Amino acid sequence: MANKILAKDQLGAFVDKLKAGREVFAPALVGDKVVWSPLDSAEGLLLDFSNTDLSPKDFFFPQTECMMRFANDAKAPDGMIMQAEPELKTPRALMNIRPCDAKAMQVLDLIFIQDQMTNDAYWRDKREKTLLIGLACNDPCPTCFCTSVNCGPHHEVGLDLLLVDLGDRFLVKVISQRGAEAAAGLPEAGAAEEVQAAELKAKAEAMITEGVGMDNVNAREVMELYEAPLWDRVQENCLNCGTCTFCCPTCHCFDIQDEVQGTDGRRVRNWDYCMSWLFTMHGTGHNPRGTKKDRVRQRFMHKFKYIPMKRGGEIGCVGCGRCVQLCPVNIDVRRVVNQMNG
Amino acid sequence: MRNTYIPYPVRIKDTRVETEDKQLKSFWLEFMNPADADAFAYTPGQFAELSVSGYGEIPIGIASSPTEGQDLLFTVNKVGVVSNRLHNMKAGDVMGVRGPLGNSYPLKASEGKNIVIVAGGFAVTTLRSTMIWLLDPANRAKYGEITFIYGARTPGMLLYTDEWTSWQQSGQANVNVTIDREAPGWTGLVGFVPSVTEQVAPKPDNAVALICGPPVMIKFTQPVFDKLGWKPEQIVMSLENRMKCGIGICGRCNVGPEYVCKDGPVFTKAQLDKLPREY
Repeated sequence: MANKILAKDQLGAFVDKLKAGREVFAPALVGDKVVWSPLDSAEGLLLDFSNTDLSPKDFFFPQTECMMRFANDAKAPDGMIMQAEPELKTPRALMNIRPCDAKAMQVLDLIFIQDQMTNDAYWRDKREKTLLIGLACNDPCPTCFCTSVNCGPHHEVGLDLLLVDLGDRFLVKVISQRGAEAAAGLPEAGAAEEVQAAELKAKAEAMITEGVGMDNVNAREVMELYEAPLWDRVQENCLNCGTCTFCCPTCHCFDIQDEVQGTDGRRVRNWDYCMSWLFTMHGTGHNPRGTKKDRVRQRFMHKFKYIPMKRGGEIGCVGCGRCVQLCPVNIDVRRVVNQMNG
Repeated sequence: MRNTYIPYPVRIKDTRVETEDKQLKSFWLEFMNPADADAFAYTPGQFAELSVSGYGEIPIGIASSPTEGQDLLFTVNKVGVVSNRLHNMKAGDVMGVRGPLGNSYPLKASEGKNIVIVAGGFAVTTLRSTMIWLLDPANRAKYGEITFIYGARTPGMLLYTDEWTSWQQSGQANVNVTIDREAPGWTGLVGFVPSVTEQVAPKPDNAVALICGPPVMIKFTQPVFDKLGWKPEQIVMSLENRMKCGIGICGRCNVGPEYVCKDGPVFTKAQLDKLPREY
C-alpha cells in the first residue's frame, strides 16, 4: 500500500474525519504527566513528548472492568444467573501511540486470544474496534531498548498507520487495510519524503545504544535460569511494590472478584500482579511462590523465558523503558536480562 | 464466538456431606439449558470453575464421569469464601459452571496398559471419575489390570466408600484403601499412601500410574515408583494451583512456562522434572 503525506496544516481535517463515528484519544500534557486523553481537535495534539507515563493497555484491558452482571435475588426471573456486559458501542482511534506500545498490544493478542476456549471476549472486542495510528520516535529516551527486543522506534507491527514527523508534514505509512481507509484522500508520498523518513529511522535506531542479549536466555533450559545465583541479588533490592507491573504495557495479570450492592451484582476483573504474596496462595495456606525471590524471578522469567517458549519466540517486553524509569530501587530490566544472558 | 468467562447456569440437584469432619460436601449439578450440557463435553481429569454469584469462582476437579450422564458431581473442601457459601447452598439453588477446563488423564494413550491409580485425601475426585470411566462396560476391556490405591486420615474421611467397596467386590479392580492410623472397627490397610504403594508394588511393565494427592503425598510417593523401576514418562500427576481465569491468561497458576489450568492440570513426571517446583 502506497504511503501518504499529511501536511501539519491539514491535521484538523484528518482528525475531524477520524472522529466521524469514533472516539479519538491521544497523549496530552496534564500537569507534568503525559496522559492518554480524549482528543477534541487537532489543536490539542501533543507532538513533542517521549511517551505516555502509563501504557495504553487500559483501553483494551481496563484497570477495573465489569465482565458480567446478575440480579442478586434468587426469586427474580433469571436471578443469580450471569449475563455478559454489552460490547463497546463506539469504535475508537488511538492517535500518536508509540510503536513500542502498539507492538505490546500485538504481543498481548497472542496471550488473550489463543483458541476457542482461551479467547478473551472483552479484549477481542476492544481490539477489533480500535484503530491505532502510531507516531514514530525520532528522539528515543536513554531508557529505551526496543531495538533489542524485536521492536524499534519506527516499528510498524500492531499499527494501522505510522506517522513519521518530517517537520512541516508527516509521512503516513499505511500498514493495514483499516489504515488505508483512514488515510484515503491524502496525497501520495514522494521519493524524497520516503528517504527522509528512512534517515530519521536509522538515526533513531542508532541513538539506542543499550539493550538486552537474548541468545543464551533462549538457549538455556528453564531450570538453569531459574536456579541462577543472580536472583539472590535482584531480590535483595526489590520491594515487590509492583510499580513495574503497573506501568508495563505487556503485564496482563488479573484478578476476578464479585461485587454486590442490594439486588445488583456484578463480576469484575482488576489488574493484579505477580509481586503480591496473595497472588498464588492456595486456600490451604500453601504458597508455591512464597518468597520475594520467587516472585521477582517470576516476572523476569515470564517475560523473557516463558513467553518466548510458548509464543513462538515473541518476548514479553517491548523495551519501552517505563519500569527502568519508575522502579523506586533502580532495578534495570536491561541489567537483569543481561545477567540472565551472561 | 462464545464468551468463555460466562458460566453455564446449573441447579443443585442433590448434596451430601461426605466426611465426619463435615469439611467435604458433594454437589450434583444439573444444567438448566440442555444445549449447555451438550457443550460441556469432558473427559476424566478435567476441572471446572464453580461460580456462586456474589461470591466468586473456585476451580474444582470434576468427580463425575461422562459415562454417568449429563449431571456433574463435585466434592468441595470448605476453605474459603466461595466454598463456605457453597456448603450452605441446597438442592434447587442456582449457581454456575464454567468449563470443562484443562487437559485430561491420558486414557486414550493408555489403552492396552495396566493402570495404577494413587489417590490421597480428597484429591480422589478426578480419580473417581477415571475409575467410573475405566470400569464402564464400554471401556473396561481396553485396559489390563487396574490397581486402585487410596488413603485418608481416618475411615470417616474416606470418600465414595460405597463405590470403591463395589469395585473391590466385583473383582474388576485391585482395590487397596488405607487409613493413616489404626481405628476402631477398621479392618483394612493401615499406613500412609507411599508405604502402602511400596507394599502393593505395582509393576512398571506396560503400565501407567495416575497420581493425585496433597503435595506431601506426591513428594513421598514419587521415590517409591522410582525404586520400583518406573520411568518418569509412566508417572502421571495432576497438580493444583490458585486460579482465576482458568483459561491460561490471568497469570498465577503457572509452573515455569506451563499453566496448570490450560497446559495441565495433568503432567508427566518427565515434564515436571524439568520445571520449578512452584506447586
